[in-house]
Parts: sequence; C-alpha cells; structure tokens
Amino acid sequence: MARTGGAIRGWARGGEAGLVILSAGLAGCSAQSPAILAPVSPKGRAEAELFWFILAITAFVFVVVEALLLYAVIRFRARDPQAIPPQIHGNRALEVSWTTVTALGLAVIFAMTWRTMAATSTPPAEAIPVKVIGHQWWWEFQYPTLGITTANELVIPVGRPIRLTVTAADVIHSFWVPQLGGKMDAIPGRENLLWLQADVEGTYYGQCAELCGASHANMRLRVRVVSDSEFQRWVEAQRAPAAQPVEPLAQKGYQVFMSKACVGCHTIDGTPARGKVGPNLTHVGSRTTIAAGLLENTPENLARWLDNPPAVKPGSLMPRLGLTPEEIQALVAYLSSLK
Amino acid sequence: MAGSAVAWPRVYEERGLLSWLTTVDHKRIGILYILGAGFFALIGGLEALLIRTQLAVPNNRVLVGEAYNQVLTMHGTTMIFLVVMPVLAGLGNYVVPLMIGARDMAYPRLNAFGVWMFLLGGLFLNLSFLLGGAPDAGWFGYAPLTAKTFSKGTGIDFWILGLQLLGISSITSSINFVSTILLLRAPGLTLNRLPLFAWTTLVTAFLILFAMPSISAALFLLFLDRHLGTHFFNPAAGGDPLLWQHLFWFFGHPEVYIMILPAMGIVSEVLPVFSRKPIFGYTAVAYSSVAIGFIGFTVWAHHMFAVGLPPVVNAFFSAASMLVAVPTAIKVFNWIATIWGGAVRYRTPFLFAAAFVALFVIGGLSGLFLAAVPVDWQVTDTYFVVAHFHYTLFGGSMFAIVAGIYYWFPKITGRFLDERLGRLHFALQFIGFNLTFFPMHFLGLSGMPRRVYTYAPGLGWEGLNLLATVGAFILALGFVVFFVNIARSLVAGERAPDDPWDGHTLEWLTSSPPPPYNFARIPVIHSRRPAWDRKYTGNPHPHPVIEAAEGNDRVGEVETSEEPIHLPSPSLWPLILAAGLTVFALGLVTHWIFIPVGLLLFALGLVRWVQQPLFPEAHGTSS
Repeated sequence: MARTGGAIRGWARGGEAGLVILSAGLAGCSAQSPAILAPVSPKGRAEAELFWFILAITAFVFVVVEALLLYAVIRFRARDPQAIPPQIHGNRALEVSWTTVTALGLAVIFAMTWRTMAATSTPPAEAIPVKVIGHQWWWEFQYPTLGITTANELVIPVGRPIRLTVTAADVIHSFWVPQLGGKMDAIPGRENLLWLQADVEGTYYGQCAELCGASHANMRLRVRVVSDSEFQRWVEAQRAPAAQPVEPLAQKGYQVFMSKACVGCHTIDGTPARGKVGPNLTHVGSRTTIAAGLLENTPENLARWLDNPPAVKPGSLMPRLGLTPEEIQALVAYLSSLK
Repeated sequence: MAGSAVAWPRVYEERGLLSWLTTVDHKRIGILYILGAGFFALIGGLEALLIRTQLAVPNNRVLVGEAYNQVLTMHGTTMIFLVVMPVLAGLGNYVVPLMIGARDMAYPRLNAFGVWMFLLGGLFLNLSFLLGGAPDAGWFGYAPLTAKTFSKGTGIDFWILGLQLLGISSITSSINFVSTILLLRAPGLTLNRLPLFAWTTLVTAFLILFAMPSISAALFLLFLDRHLGTHFFNPAAGGDPLLWQHLFWFFGHPEVYIMILPAMGIVSEVLPVFSRKPIFGYTAVAYSSVAIGFIGFTVWAHHMFAVGLPPVVNAFFSAASMLVAVPTAIKVFNWIATIWGGAVRYRTPFLFAAAFVALFVIGGLSGLFLAAVPVDWQVTDTYFVVAHFHYTLFGGSMFAIVAGIYYWFPKITGRFLDERLGRLHFALQFIGFNLTFFPMHFLGLSGMPRRVYTYAPGLGWEGLNLLATVGAFILALGFVVFFVNIARSLVAGERAPDDPWDGHTLEWLTSSPPPPYNFARIPVIHSRRPAWDRKYTGNPHPHPVIEAAEGNDRVGEVETSEEPIHLPSPSLWPLILAAGLTVFALGLVTHWIFIPVGLLLFALGLVRWVQQPLFPEAHGTSS
C-alpha cells in the first residue's frame, strides 16, 4: 500500500513537470507567431480562455489516466511466467462511477462552450462594414460605406468593431487572422458574418485556411490595426483617384499598363483600366506587400512578380506576359507611384 | 484427401497463382487484404515522407503547389481507403470466422469479389499518377474546387470512380460480416459471448452499410456535375457547395469510427490475453461500441463549425461530439482495469496495444477542443487537427493494427514474428510517432494552417516542422524494421504452437495455420473464453486443468470429424466481375473503348458466377 502511494505521488510529480514543459511550449510558440493564445481581440481572448479551461481539465485527465496506465503496466508485470491472477470480470459500482464522472466533466465543458458561444455571438451596435471576397489566390476587401476597394491588407481602426461579410468568388476559402479570433469560411454564393475588433495597434498575420487549389499556401493577408486618426488619413488617401504618373519612366509604365493585357483584369480608378478579375491597383503603392502577402512591396519584388507570376505563386491566374525588362522597369515605376 | 467424410476442393491445398486468383477461402482472402494494404502502405508512407520533406524547412521547393496537393490528397485517400480499412477487413476476414467457429464467411465468392474490388480499385486510383495527374482536392474533395471549372484534369474523375469501386468492396464485405457474425456462430456462442473483435467488426459493418450510400450518392452527383452539366454543387447555378459537405461528412465522420472500432476490438482481445485476465466489464466494452456507432452518425457537422451554420445547430453538434467521449472513456477505463491486477507479459503485441491506449487517450482529449465550437473556430483546419487525428488513427488504429499483426501472425503463418526486432520496431515507431505528431499541436496553436505546401520563415514554425520531419523518418525506419521482421519471420521465424499466447478465443484451438475447414468439429461454446476454459478451471482463482491426451483436444484435427465437411468451389468469376467494373471505370475516365470491354467482362463474370454451383458437384451432395 505504501509503495502504491509512493508511486502515485511520483507520477503526480512527473505530471506537474510535464505541465510545466507544456506551458513553456505554449508560451514559447506565442512569442513570434500568429498564435491563437496571444489574442488581441475580445473574441480571440474568449476563445483562448475557453482553450485554457479545457486544457486544464484535459491535462488533469491526461495525467491521471496515463499514470494509472503506466502504473498498471509496471506494477502488474508478471514475475512468474506461470502465474495466474484472480479472474475479475468487472465491478458495477466502479463502472457506473467513472461513467458518471466522465459525463459530468463533459457537461461542464459543454456549459463553458455554450457560455463562450453566447458571449461571442452578440453583434456590436455600430460596426464598420467590410466585404471580404476570397479569390484564387488573393483577398479582396471592399468598404461599401467608404467606397474603398483594396486587396490582401485589411486596414482597420483600433478598438472599433468591424462587421465582415465573408464570401468567395470561385472556390471555398477561409478567412483567418489567428490573433483576432476564429476563422470563417468564404463560400461562393453565401455571405457569412464575422465580427472583428482589435484592441492593440499593429500588423497581424493571417492566411487562407481552406484548401483552395495550387497556391492555397500563398493566399496570405495582413490586418493593419491603426489609430483612429491614421485610419482617417488612410481612408482619405484611398478614396482619392489614382495618382497621375509624373516621372517619364512612370509615364511610360502607364502606357505599357494601358496597352497590355493588364487592363483586362485590373482596375485603376480614374484610368481606362476597369478589369475585375485581379486586385484593384488604384493604390497598390501604399500596400506593404504584393502577390497576396507573399512578397514585400519593393521594386525588386514587383519586377520579379511581373516577370513571371506563376513562378512566385504556382497556378497564378496572372500568366507570364512576356514583358521586356524595360517594360517591367517602367511598370514598376508606375505601380510604385500609385500611393 | 483420403478421408471419405471430408469434401473440399483440392485447390485449398494448392499453392500456385491460380489457387490464389480463384480462392474463396476467407483466410486466403484475409491474407490478400493484408498484403494489398501493406503494399499501399508503402506508397502512402512514401507520400507522407515527401510531404514532411517539403515541409522540413520554410520556402522549400521539393513538392510545390499542384504536385503537393496531389500527394497530400493521395496520402489521405490511400491511408484511409487502401490501408486502414482493408487491413482491418483483412484481419476480420481471417480471424472472425475462426473466432466464432465458422468454416468460412457467409458468402465466400462475394468475399473474393470484395478483395479483388479493393485491390483493383486501389490500383485504379494510383494509376492516376501515370495518366495525367492524381486527384488534388484533398481526401474530402470539397465542392466547388472539384468542379470541372477548377479541376480540369482527370485526377478528380479517378478519385470519384476509385472511391466508388472501393465503396462496392466495403459494402459487399460488410454485408458478408453482418451475415456471418449474425448467422454462422458456433452453437452456444450467443451475442453476449461474442469475442470483442467480432463485436466491433459487426458494428463497423453496420456503420459502413449506413455511411457508404451517402458518399456514393455525393460522388455520383459530382460526376454528373462534371460531365453532364448538372449543378448540384455549383453555386452560380443555384447549387450548394454545403450540400457536398453534409453528404460527405455524414459518411466522413462515421468513417473515423469505421477505422477505430475494429482497432479497439483488437486491443480488447490483446490486453486480456497478455494480462491473463478476462476483459474488465465485457458488457460495457461491447455496448459502448454500439453507442459509439449510433452517436457517430449525429456528429458530422463538427467538421463544419466554420461554414456559418446557425449557433443552435453548432451547439447541437458540439454536445453530440462531446457525448461520444463517454462510451470512449468507458473503454479506456475498462482497458486499464483489465491490465490492473493481471499478470502482464511484455510481448510485442502487448506493447503496441498498451501504447494504443496511451496515445488514443491523447487523441481523444484533443478532440474535445475541436468539439468546443469557439475553440474549433481557431484550431480547425490547422496542424492541431492534423495532430489530433493522427493520434487517433495512427497512435490509435495503426498501433492496434500492428498489435493485431504481431498477435495473429503465429496463427496465420505458424511462425512467430521476431521478438527483438519487434521491440526495436516498437521503440522506433513510438518515438518517431510522438516526435512527428506531438509538435503539430503547437504548430496549430501558433497559427499554421494545414494543407499548405509551404510557409514563410519568421512565424515560429521552423523548429517544430523540422522536428516533425525528423520524427517522420524515425517512424519510417520503424516500419522498415517491421517489414524486415515479417519477411525474415516468414522464412526463418521461430515455429509457433497452436496456442502460443495462452489465448482465450476459439482461433487458438485449431492448428497454426488452420486447416482449410478451420474446425473438424464445430465446438459448442459455453462461455466467453472457450480456449481458456479448456486450460484453466476455477473462478476467481483458476488452476490448470489436467491436460487431456495430446492431440485429441484440438478441434482442428480432421480425424475427429463425424460428418462431411463441405467447402465451396474456387471461382475465377468474382475476379472477372471486379475486373469488368474496373475496366469500365477506366473507360469513363480515359478512352471509351474500355467501356464495352469492361461491360463485356462484367457480364461474363456475372453470368458464369450465377451458373457455377457453390459446392463441387462431383460429391453429389445437395443442401
């Protein structure tokens, strides 16, 4: 009996050590990652709290069950190969108790789940509406009340609720920015609602979470959470028509853009470019990334993209256009000027 | 054979290729299932290694875009439909008739048809790699990515028709299991005495019969969408992509239990034998399988919490998903209580079965996070889910399957698998498995979605991915040791007696390997442990019975037979029928010329099958 107690205490200590390692692992991965356990939104926090609650229960069950199993396996190893233990067929009282305890534990987890669902599903009173449209393989963001259309970078003011209407243009995608809360599928023909609110300024990483074809891995996005005043400035800038090219190289780029296939797919407000297939480029120069968040928005990367899009983003609907290096340089100058 | 009382076709004793192609013996069919699954496991395993190699470091270029999606899709499809399901069907085919004292399955030729359909369906699916590209929309094939507009090649068509062929195999084998287990039990073998592996095989067969029609219908509609211009799943024309998800997961979630229940059955056989105790709480263990089977049909939408279903619907499926943890937990507690107080022998089957319990607990607990809707919104479609289901289907099913193979190998071959290699295999598989899949929990929590072929550096995902890749290669090494062990033991393994593990169930009362007719006399069953009861007497403190005269006690000995034994004739026609369907499917995807050829073969197989009498006529017996 004493030996049994000692062994159980030993396993319990092992379990504590395991929990410490587990917590360290969880904390470690949140340092630099878009971690769901480093939320910056009320919804994300509620989800993380429920996670920790369930983890506490499951970690306890894990330690107890694994300890019992290990103990049984070690303690009851046959020393005499001929030994025949007492033949126990069951124990009604024991079986009823562990069934009841399990059911009660699950009821508690479900109650907490229900509570969190109720708390996170209440729509905020005043929210900025944004339409999110998933495309193969980029994100379109429309601000219907502000008259803005942009791509791959959602800019929102800090502390203000945003009402996202999530849908898709082709196949199913899933909109997900881990630190701002759970994902919502973007399904063609359906409009799903998702509330978003960020409490800390910064840039948050996200990406498509539903297999959507060859470049599913390359369908990334950023949410830039900015102060109210910065948001106002951003809105003003975005609502302005596209900048007229000033420099000669940029002017040449304008000519290239308007005479090549570009216009068939892209819109630049205030120009003849009215295509709707690809991202709106009216203010592409103001975005921090290009190619659905794959590359930093630098002249070198832009040139690389224009030269051979499918090499950057496999399966890309934008084909290799066979542009000359001169044309690419001119286009880079023009597109970069579209702040 | 000289004995006039014995009547079975000579081919049962033969070893040539034709004897295998025409076999209707459940034991040979079981072996074919297991060998086929082993072959496809090599392919599925190589696909897994390709995936892990690509993901070892960020921005890797080993397997990019479309190619990655093909390998990803085929890895999942292969492991589910060509490895886990058939190897369980194979073990069930070999062992269940022996366990219940039957001479064969209820429908021997249908049984042969099932295994040929599996083998040919598996080859058909993999043929896609050579004929224009494998399917690439994931094993779940969400519409409308599978529509002609977005998947122009024939990969999706191979997937649709391949799964249909495999579905035919599963349904026929399930009909056979249900009939066999319900109708062909030895006298006295009531359901209340049925071995637990037979119980779970029975429940699984019912699950397949109720779940398969859903995916068959969905695949049929998808085929119409792709080729006849219907719009069942096309939102632009009033169709609904979510219809696909409901139809798919109504099959897809029970499918998970189809893969785990027989594995639980294996563990429920192995743990008692190696603990030298009866299963603790037989009734609870048996009926919890039935409960899992029922509840398993009410949880499918937990795969769809993020599609925008109403909160009340989400809450219902959340509660149902948590409910399924009750019968599962009952099993776990009963397994531990079975070991508790036993005389545990650390042989390889026991190591794998005990590891199954340890790892399955982790998979079960991580499942609770996915049942809790708000947490699921975060972790669904991330590596957390990849970790979760590999703990249930690899740590769970695969560990149990390996336990079952070490356990029944002596019965099937008359030789032991090597114990030292077995331990090395166990160590590599256990360490490799945990190193591969445990870090994936953290990857999911750090925001890494699943099914991505690459990822950027600087997101905190590099170290854990590299660790997982190292683990995958250790795991693969474990399987190399396993295959070497099997190959070596087949020719040079230690000879096994009829009852090498001091077994409990009927299969240990016949020879190793068993004769074609399994049992000369069908034994009368008086308890849940007929083999144990012949060896030990006294409860709860048993002692060995005085051995009966050597040899006379073996129910497999033909000399003790009192009445004629009838075994069905071998038949080539099940294979021809299966080939006809496969060639027909090939015609639908590739060249039309295969369509009439396939139909012709199909008709030939069907007509000749019907014309051929089940039993050899020469013996003049009728029934």
